[in-house]
Amino acid sequence: MKVIETIDLNVHYKEVHALKNVTMSMNKLSITALMGPSGCGKSTYLRALNRMNDLIEGCKVSGQVLIEGDNAYARDIHVDDLRKKVGMVFQKPNPFPMSIFENVAYGLRVNGVRDKKFIHEQVEKAIHQAALWDEVKDFLKKSAMDLSGGQQQRLCIARALVIEPSVLLMDEPTSALDPISSAKIEELMFDLKKNYTIVIVTHNIQQAARISDNTAFFYIGELIELGTTKEIFTNPKNERTQNYITGRFG
Amino acid sequence: MIKQTKSGKRKRLNQSIMFWVFRVLSLSVVAVLFIILAFIFIKGFKVLSWDFITQSPTEGMTSGGIYPAIIGTLWLIAGSMVFAFPIGVLAGIYNHEYAAWKPLKVFIRIMTNNLAGVPSIVFGLFGMSLFVNKLGFGDSILAGSLTLGLLALPVVIRTTEESLAAVDNSFRRASLALGATKWQTTSRVVFPIAFPNILTGLILSIGRVSGETAPILFTVAAYFLPKLPSGIFDQVMALPYHLYVLATSGIDVEKSRPIAYGTALVLIMIVLIMNLLANVLRNYFGRKYKVK
Amino acid sequence: MKRRRSLVRRLIEKIIEGALTISSTVTSLAVLLIVIFLFKEGFSLFGDKPIEKDFVLAVSKYNNSVDLTSRQIKDIFDKKIVNWKEVGGFDRAITVFTINDIGAYFTDAELGDNLENLPLRINQLVAKDTGIIAYIPAKNIVKDFSGKKLKIDNVTLGGFLSGKEWFPTAQPIAQLGVLPMILGTLLVCIGAILLALPLGLATAIYMSEVANQRVRNILKPVIELLAGIPSVVYGFFGLVIIVPLVQHTFNLPVGETALAGSIVLAIMVLPTIITISEDALRTTPNAMREASLALGATKLQTIIRVVIPHSLLGLTAAVILGVGRVFGETMAVLMVTGNAAVMPHSFLQPIRTITATIAAELGEAPQGGLHYKALFALGCILFVITLITNLLVEWVSSKRKVAKN
Repeated sequence: MKVIETIDLNVHYKEVHALKNVTMSMNKLSITALMGPSGCGKSTYLRALNRMNDLIEGCKVSGQVLIEGDNAYARDIHVDDLRKKVGMVFQKPNPFPMSIFENVAYGLRVNGVRDKKFIHEQVEKAIHQAALWDEVKDFLKKSAMDLSGGQQQRLCIARALVIEPSVLLMDEPTSALDPISSAKIEELMFDLKKNYTIVIVTHNIQQAARISDNTAFFYIGELIELGTTKEIFTNPKNERTQNYITGRFG
Repeated sequence: MIKQTKSGKRKRLNQSIMFWVFRVLSLSVVAVLFIILAFIFIKGFKVLSWDFITQSPTEGMTSGGIYPAIIGTLWLIAGSMVFAFPIGVLAGIYNHEYAAWKPLKVFIRIMTNNLAGVPSIVFGLFGMSLFVNKLGFGDSILAGSLTLGLLALPVVIRTTEESLAAVDNSFRRASLALGATKWQTTSRVVFPIAFPNILTGLILSIGRVSGETAPILFTVAAYFLPKLPSGIFDQVMALPYHLYVLATSGIDVEKSRPIAYGTALVLIMIVLIMNLLANVLRNYFGRKYKVK
Repeated sequence: MKRRRSLVRRLIEKIIEGALTISSTVTSLAVLLIVIFLFKEGFSLFGDKPIEKDFVLAVSKYNNSVDLTSRQIKDIFDKKIVNWKEVGGFDRAITVFTINDIGAYFTDAELGDNLENLPLRINQLVAKDTGIIAYIPAKNIVKDFSGKKLKIDNVTLGGFLSGKEWFPTAQPIAQLGVLPMILGTLLVCIGAILLALPLGLATAIYMSEVANQRVRNILKPVIELLAGIPSVVYGFFGLVIIVPLVQHTFNLPVGETALAGSIVLAIMVLPTIITISEDALRTTPNAMREASLALGATKLQTIIRVVIPHSLLGLTAAVILGVGRVFGETMAVLMVTGNAAVMPHSFLQPIRTITATIAAELGEAPQGGLHYKALFALGCILFVITLITNLLVEWVSSKRKVAKN
């Protein structure tokens, strides 16, 4: 079943045509990796899915983004409802300067949850899901800024999970982390796959090969190739994809 | 399915209400400020003429021009800048390029900030007590300029420091690596790069000095003095004080009102011109040297 | 040759460094000088007696009320107190006598051609009228004086700060109470901040978080320009627009009131508050905003829960600086607040601030006199308050730096 589908998606930043006619879809409970050289449009594509591009002045989007069948850019869809459905984890860990608990509870609070018991349960669950519970359970009141980079990133994942999205977008989530922390996050993604549809932008070709079910290769705003990860890495159809994977450019 | 929720509706409503509040409040702020400018421009333009700025007040300041006050203000600007520019720029260079010992740096910064925060009337008190009485300058351009210069000093220092801070350290290292001394590096590499920004700040401080009233009340300003000054020990009229006098304690406040509008306009124009000049310079040098 | 050149170079280097060092001490020196001059003049007030130099107040030696407060003395000379009973003395009507009244008691012949009999006559007068209080030059007191001199207390810091009467030139006893001015200043400041803060913060939030780039690019320079307009122009505007407006709206006898002062000051301080608050809000990293928005928060929720808490210290600094500016502002309040040195009771009455008092009265105060010193003491109060505000800002911004690291 297709959870995400984009049809003829185009994104313009003022004069720059950043994304050209991208049509692709992601299945439920799969991990799709988006890769390609810098400036290829993979991040733009990711940010089009939860309309984070709206924040950039002069950005225009045309075409369709369907999340579980609903057009994310339709008039009657509110962007905050969309973003509740489509969670996001950023390149650099960006916890709020609040306590660990409040960081995770934030998503519930801004979405109108007042029930304290429920908030406690959900926060605990999310931190468990993000494989962070054992490390922070004794000091949930401490500032999130005191955590290590890897812990911060897992906290950000917990923060995204607490509002129970069905899609999780990850924008190079390990690029600012050391190898051990990265490995932990990759491991975590396998667990998350059981409940979430994940789209991840990555610079790291090995990472894409290790974790994803499907891989899409972008180049200068175009989707060059999309297929199962196995196919793309063993038998790429397009020469540019092959060059990228074998490290001839990028 | 992207679900719509009740809480979503509420928070969106909250947002649009609050954003409208922000918009309306901001608009009213801008409107008030705009009204002030427009009011003084419209009223002031009626009296503004060549004669107005080149003739002395006549008939108990109910007609005539404001020439002596303009000249007086120019004297004061020049006098205070002669004092504040060199010392301020040098002090700024020292603070940013030379001072190495951190406590001293912090101390100087705190003192500079303090001086910047002292109310202008306190400068007036101080100027009167030191320059006018103690040093015996009397009510004079010299006393007034020194007082105003002291007031402008922290602004000049801070501008200089900020402009120097904006110069990338790689320039300094490159110059020092070539065997240049510290002063050579500062004077030939760092200062020229920072200069446009410093100049901009200096011009803005002129705008500020030209409008200060409280510091000159007891150090230089004359109520009515059609004679132009012949030296730095003379008293002068000055635009801001003249406006104050016209508005509150002139011989015939109602009759001199149009002249007051004209004076206010001239004062605003000075600030406006200084701002424009600063912007033009910033753009010109910005394009020339690609300095932010 | 080469060595000599490098020696010269090093010498020049040292000279320049010396010149720079001297320049850098100028501000510290200026602050020091301000402190010395202000406080020397201001504090010399507290050793003085609030009575004209070389004058004394004398009463009959049968009179037991010698411990009069300066307020009581003033009331006696204003004929508000007419019997010694009222100040705890014996039941006798008070006769107020100053040296100018001498003609009413004695003829020119009795006084002598060169007033050589004056001390004697005064002595007679004091001996005769037990209800008298005489304000006379000290040199006109004979050796075995038949009255006694009133003890006049020195001006004290406590009395200066808590006194409710300000008549610095009153005869015989100057009334130097600055409480009305302190309260007046507070009233105007509080009013101005209450008006300016919501407006300023709302505008700053609008510019930083809501408005698009184009609107911001227009607003920002305009507001910065308005920060540069001289206070005397704002005062003038207040005088011709705000003052009549206040007068008509509230149907007052005069429009020069605390409220008019607050409005004008609020307008004046808005650009400062807006500029600094906006800069503070903009220090919030975009990553913070994005994280919040990506969780389904609205922009408003993001502003309230993330942006404002993050820039709280900067906003605090903006408020403190705003308060400092309002506090020290002189010309505008001088022009629109009516300058009545009375205890303020409401926003709709004329009041007088510390700054306006100095500006209005220093020109008339003889140098070195009591009045002059009292005005310098007011200057000291101003200086101390601004010092406190500046140190507060310094403290807040140092905390900000720590928070950032």
